[in-house]
Amino acid sequence: MTFRIAMRRFTRAGLWLAAITLAVPAHAARVPIQFWHAMSGELGVEVQHLVDGFNASQDRYQVIAVNRGSYDQTMLAAIAAFRAGTPPDIVQVFDVGTATMMSARGATVPVYALMQQQKQPFATGLFIPAAASYYADAQGRLLSLPFNASTPVLYYNKAMLARAGVTPPTSWAQMGAAGTRLLATGATCGFSTGWPEWIQFEQFAAWNGLPYASADNGYQSFQGVHLLLQAPAFQKHLGDLAAWSRSGVFRYGGPESNALPLFINQTCAMYLDSSSSMAAIAGGARFPWGIAPMPHAASVPGAPQNSLTGGASLWVMARVPADHLPGIAAFLHYLMSAPVQAQWARATGYVPVTRGGYDALQASGYYRQNPGALVAVQELSNKPPLAWTRGLRLGYLPQLRQIQRNALEAVLAGKQTPAAALRQVVQQGDGLLQRFGETAGGER
Amino acid sequence: MGGSRAAGERLPGTWFRGRWLPWLLLAPQLLVIAVFFLWPTLRALRDAFYQGDAFGLSEEFVGLRHFAHTLGSAEYGHALLLTLAYALLTSALSLAGGFALAVAVEGLRSGRTLFRTLFLWPYALAPAISAALWVFLFRPQVGLGAGLLEHAGVHWNPALQAGQAQALVLATTVWQLLAYNFLFYGAALQSLPPSLLEAAALDGARGWRRVRDVIWPLLAPTTLFLVVTDLSFVLFDTFGLIDVLTQGGPDHATETLVYKLYEDAFRNFDQGAAAVQSLLLMLLVTGLGVLQLRLQRRRVPA
Repeated sequence: MTFRIAMRRFTRAGLWLAAITLAVPAHAARVPIQFWHAMSGELGVEVQHLVDGFNASQDRYQVIAVNRGSYDQTMLAAIAAFRAGTPPDIVQVFDVGTATMMSARGATVPVYALMQQQKQPFATGLFIPAAASYYADAQGRLLSLPFNASTPVLYYNKAMLARAGVTPPTSWAQMGAAGTRLLATGATCGFSTGWPEWIQFEQFAAWNGLPYASADNGYQSFQGVHLLLQAPAFQKHLGDLAAWSRSGVFRYGGPESNALPLFINQTCAMYLDSSSSMAAIAGGARFPWGIAPMPHAASVPGAPQNSLTGGASLWVMARVPADHLPGIAAFLHYLMSAPVQAQWARATGYVPVTRGGYDALQASGYYRQNPGALVAVQELSNKPPLAWTRGLRLGYLPQLRQIQRNALEAVLAGKQTPAAALRQVVQQGDGLLQRFGETAGGER
Repeated sequence: MGGSRAAGERLPGTWFRGRWLPWLLLAPQLLVIAVFFLWPTLRALRDAFYQGDAFGLSEEFVGLRHFAHTLGSAEYGHALLLTLAYALLTSALSLAGGFALAVAVEGLRSGRTLFRTLFLWPYALAPAISAALWVFLFRPQVGLGAGLLEHAGVHWNPALQAGQAQALVLATTVWQLLAYNFLFYGAALQSLPPSLLEAAALDGARGWRRVRDVIWPLLAPTTLFLVVTDLSFVLFDTFGLIDVLTQGGPDHATETLVYKLYEDAFRNFDQGAAAVQSLLLMLLVTGLGVLQLRLQRRRVPA
């Protein structure tokens, strides 16, 4: 009998439990949306602000933002999760990972298709052209959502330039001349560069309107693509850098932003780096400084053209539960809105990726107070992108960059001539591109 | 495993047959080895023969192409030679340094504990952290060490000068290993039989003579152990250190086997090439392990 009583109690408790669980979902069960990103520190806090704003704006979806470490690590984590059958809904992938994401047909849902299916207003024309073209297919349809965009700019030390009696150079020839004047007036270094392979090869090509690789930098096809880096303009630029490195006009400071302290401690009067380094320079520099556009190669007709967008975009992963899709689309739509874009750009120094975001910043007087922030926008939209200045659509891009950095270092150390180094870059790079063409899907 | 007992005979006082009990007790360990060692090794072995995209959506069998590509590349040959030189040099320097420090500290009359603690500190740091310290010290124009070098007339720029970058990596690795070697030599010195040392002293062996003819030979088993652990530390655990210090540059000057593997696997998503490299690295270390066992057996007859 005790057994029967226990059973009855058990049944009653079970019924209550069922009633409670059935009654609650209407309020509590928001659909969770996993968003993996690579923004740490201050940037991570700003991402969380955006996500909090979205979660507060509606009650059907709950976006959960998770920092997965560096860009490399975040992409790796998403790939591993996909292979294990539990991909995140949205993942932030850096610019150089674009071709890898794109070539993996069946691993992602194209953003334009998702927005169309979920009836969210969406068009490539809503975005700043240079930001959109990097992540669009050959038909101009956006496969991922441009998110954090940056581009290289020239930072300069106003006091040191004034002492040398020079203005910020606009061409590389002027850069050399200004550097010589700076050395003559007591500086130990004219200029340095961050992200050498990104700025001195990729951005150099686009800013001067030069093709980087055949088939419009890989936009037309993944197959049969080869590098076009042996063109005279690249040879000359590499030769100039080597000569300036010997004379002290240019000082090489290593990969990424490792050379930044050379600018901060006033060793180098000028410094090329991403526009997103603005906050780091503002935090470190104890002298008046300004921002100017990257120099261009005066000998190339039509230069300057437009710079390429760097940074990252948001990819929607395939094989996520179908009931997540409306929430993902709603979140992406929220991120595109003008106030969110303006908030993000103002807080981080990234370039707004939508025209609406740019207009909102303009209207609020932001660019009048921060003219330096406008330089990056102007570079990106200097001219409408040519077919081969939309971006790079090349597999193994991290490896290609590594090869170029090694070549640059060999030339600067006097171990190789520019011609020999570039020949090697093309030879090794073409081998990689061929391998990528063999595994990548043919359709764009 | 059954010992001298006949198969199937019960151990006294247990319910298990002698045949199964050992396996049951081994099971957790075997499971760990299978999941964390065997399975990944088999995966790597398989991946070495396939070319696929990062997401595992498609792949094709390519036979020995990855092997041919890796072994035929000048970069891999360069990395191999560089790794051997780096491993031998760091091991030799840190062994000699660790031994010298240990002998010096154990010979002190007072303050032994203080010096032991001080010399042990670097060992408490993760390689990436100690590398970060050295980066701060030797960042051109900013770091304290870089300032001293420039004061001495060295044009210090490891971002461009291959020799300087290699020296920086070498110094950081030796500094880190030194503490480990010091610890083991110190412990070994303390456990030397005092009777032997006293006998040597009575025979008139002092100072350098005592170190060379008595202490060093007695420490041979420790040295052998340290050589193998140092070498495997350099072969496997230095990618974080190199990543922080030089990222393999300039122009491959500090790109060792493990760093190249790390880059190909985790930065370039080149699974085939990475699988081949990890297999080759495993062979290298297995060879090292076999060598250690053989030498140990010869020295210490069972």
